[in-house]
Amino acid sequence: MPQITVTVDGITHEVEVEPRLLLVHLLRDRLGKTGTPIGCDTSNCGACTVLMDGKSVKSCSVLAVQADQSDILTIEGLSTDGTWHPLQKAFHEEHALQCGYCTPGMIMASLDLLRENPAPDDDAIRKGLEGNLCRCTGYCNIVRAVRRAAAEMSGREVSAT
Amino acid sequence: MTETLETVPEVGRARRRKEDTRLVTGRTRWTDNIQLPGMLYVAFLRSPMAHARITRVDVSAARRRPGVVAAFSGRDFADEQGSLPCAWPVTEDMVQPDHPPMAVDTVRYVGEAVACVVATDRYRAADALEAIEVEYEPLPPVLDMNEALKPGSPKVHEAGNKAFTWKFSNGDVEAAFRDAPVVIDRRYRQQRLIPSAMEPRAVVVDTDGETFTLYSATQIPHILRVMLALTTGIPEHRLRVIAPDVGGGFGSKLQVTAEEVLCLLICRRLGKPVKWTESRTEGNLTVHHGRDQLQHIEIAAERDGRIRGIRVNLLADMGAYLMLVTPGVPLLGAFMYNGIYKMDAYDFTCTGVFTTKMPTDAYRGAGRPEATYALERAMDELAHELGLDPIELRRRNWIKHEEFPYTTIAGLTYDSGNYEAATEKALALFGYDKLRAEQADRRERKDPVQLGIGVSTYTEMCGLAPSRVLGSLSYGAGGWEHADVRVLPTGKVEVVTGSSPHGQGHETAWSQIVADQLGVPFEDVTVIHGDTASSHKGMDTYGSRSLAVGGIAIVRACEKVREKAKRIAAHLLEASPDDIEFDRGVFRVRGTQTGKTIQEIALATFAAHNLPDGVEPRLDASATFDPENFSFPHGTHLCAVEVDTETGAVKIRSYVAVDDVGTVVNPLIVEGQVHGGIAQGIGQALFEEAVYDPEGNLLTTTMADYLLPSAADLPDFVTDRTETPATSNPLGVKGVGEAGTIASTPAVVNAIVDALRPYGVHDVPMPCTPERVWRAVQEGAAS
Repeated sequence: MPQITVTVDGITHEVEVEPRLLLVHLLRDRLGKTGTPIGCDTSNCGACTVLMDGKSVKSCSVLAVQADQSDILTIEGLSTDGTWHPLQKAFHEEHALQCGYCTPGMIMASLDLLRENPAPDDDAIRKGLEGNLCRCTGYCNIVRAVRRAAAEMSGREVSAT
Repeated sequence: MTETLETVPEVGRARRRKEDTRLVTGRTRWTDNIQLPGMLYVAFLRSPMAHARITRVDVSAARRRPGVVAAFSGRDFADEQGSLPCAWPVTEDMVQPDHPPMAVDTVRYVGEAVACVVATDRYRAADALEAIEVEYEPLPPVLDMNEALKPGSPKVHEAGNKAFTWKFSNGDVEAAFRDAPVVIDRRYRQQRLIPSAMEPRAVVVDTDGETFTLYSATQIPHILRVMLALTTGIPEHRLRVIAPDVGGGFGSKLQVTAEEVLCLLICRRLGKPVKWTESRTEGNLTVHHGRDQLQHIEIAAERDGRIRGIRVNLLADMGAYLMLVTPGVPLLGAFMYNGIYKMDAYDFTCTGVFTTKMPTDAYRGAGRPEATYALERAMDELAHELGLDPIELRRRNWIKHEEFPYTTIAGLTYDSGNYEAATEKALALFGYDKLRAEQADRRERKDPVQLGIGVSTYTEMCGLAPSRVLGSLSYGAGGWEHADVRVLPTGKVEVVTGSSPHGQGHETAWSQIVADQLGVPFEDVTVIHGDTASSHKGMDTYGSRSLAVGGIAIVRACEKVREKAKRIAAHLLEASPDDIEFDRGVFRVRGTQTGKTIQEIALATFAAHNLPDGVEPRLDASATFDPENFSFPHGTHLCAVEVDTETGAVKIRSYVAVDDVGTVVNPLIVEGQVHGGIAQGIGQALFEEAVYDPEGNLLTTTMADYLLPSAADLPDFVTDRTETPATSNPLGVKGVGEAGTIASTPAVVNAIVDALRPYGVHDVPMPCTPERVWRAVQEGAAS
């Protein structure tokens, strides 16, 4: 079996994997990273979205072997020293989640969206999150949350420079 | 105590949710997260045939595959699997066929389980399914309800394809239609829907050899426990059911599923913990479907628009079997085809029909969206026929606010409501007159993009339900809800609720209620739910019942706690209990500043050194609340769409919802429920349909084929409220879980049809895809 080295939320793992093993199953079943859920098997819903080397991927559509030598960030690694990321805070403040099953993917996809476009308008947020489905919220509050996080994140960058 | 606590009641505050902490950080406990030592994985082989006799199943080769521990066919479970329950025999002569969790002799829908493999990991379990041999002798599929009822149709079950016919009638309907100046006669199709909760179903079962613990992504841990005990014969006290964090339900997890029963039996047989998690394709095939009715509605009216009577005839597709509440779903609509309107006569007939498809059952709104759709669509047809504005037609018929309580033609007593106020507010927010002017202008210009305005004024019966009423409808259980409230030695409070949430925010809303009732800080309350070992009694979450029934049980339990505390306070203060008054957490001697806080009383109760004679050292109480009536949220939804008559594309330009759900405990949660409900209703109007091919194969087995609305498909919704408290419960609450879904589907389709009236279009079948809209324009122009 191939051996891969993958860093997940700052911890490096050396694991033997079947070539067919999906990244999301590596995360959930082998590494105990159950914060990333699975919502479909066809990469439509986006619940399993993580960042791989800084870019969002749907981890149900990536083989674990493809993640060899890569750096994976999941929802579990997003807060630092117990402080929530602005997106986590914004989703909470704006009531952008109900059952919360889509939330890890929605937040990770939003993170990638804001990396590409730090100040998106509502239309850009809606188009940018088209690949992440939510059945509970009707998306209104998700859009508000991303807008709110974008403001906070850019504000922080401004104050840092 | 803080200033905030003394001045601002918790009920009504937009508290951010307690449950978010684990949900936004990935520390949630979904059923599929559970891993137990030695756990085995179950995979099911499912029928590729809609209808066939099983002539041979051979699992022996699968048993020899690597990692496989066991493999079973339906015959292996035949003696112990029982029949999946239907708790709602709606008529005495209802045909209720046996429903084996795993098919033994015959399969009746694509996806029905015929065999299974148990292996050391999920990949090996899936691999070994390929080694199972099954031979089928095909039988003709039964897919069309009208055909199914014809003599000579192939039969789904030996007893025939008709499950039941259920009738309700009040007033002289014949007279209402005889010589009626106007009759609207319409047929609508409620397409079959797939509920599509984001969390797929999952089941984990563990045993210590004596007792069984079943974890399931279910809405109904309590009902499930009783039903599993009755189905499998495992005694109820040796069965514990846990619903951990559950990722949405919308009715789809209000079920006793084949997989829950089978995983329990497999665990019992192997003595090892087992897990099964469905793929989305398995989910689309075998999570019960929603809607699927053919509706025939007729309205008899005067020329001024006043309704004389309504006659409804339904065919409701049961699918292949009757599941937990399958036959009851269309009947929940039976009491709603009159909506918010007054009339003298009403007649309802529903026939449940078996087909070789996945069974249908509750899906958000369950019967009420279907009723509201047909009624509100037909009301728009009546308005068009009479040349009346659709709002004006509704105004001429609805129950006026001063007429409440009002007993409707369907026999329900609506306790409160104010349709005028909600409608006025919605019209103002929407800019109704301005949009009508723009519509006239576009019609004048023959703009290829036409503007349509859709109106939906709805009510619903929810807060399910008064037990006596459920009994009169032959439902198999009561409609009460239970709560325990426990004040701990340090004054913190635990609330145990029988209403098991899956996204609704119970932990937050219940904390708000208790904070007010006991005068303790919001942060000092914790809510326990979803485990029959810690929450022994409950009726669970569906039918917008949690707050209107479960919330009231909490209020009642808190009242009992206060009464106990008052006696103890009186003793400690050397006063008479009659002289003690409770004010936001403090029990005071009337007219003095002398008092004891509830926290002091909790500690004194724990120490028990100085309690009044005969008082037990405990500051806790239980209550089971059975409502005396349903609750009746209502509202007015307005939708503006732009319809491209050349391409059929529909764009929702604006959407306004003014809902009256009575007293609001948490406006943030209420708004969220309305948003999500509207989105699901729009999904039915524009995108969603479970499609079977002529052989009975489901074509929409993935999210690539079954379209759920994405953020890019929906507009921002404008929501507002009126608040007319319910009079049937002490909080004045009504429930909000289903309202948005009930209202929005007809609002959207009414808007599309309204846009296309100049093209001779009077209906577009759902989902109103661009192709269907385009065809409607072509056909309208040709007629």
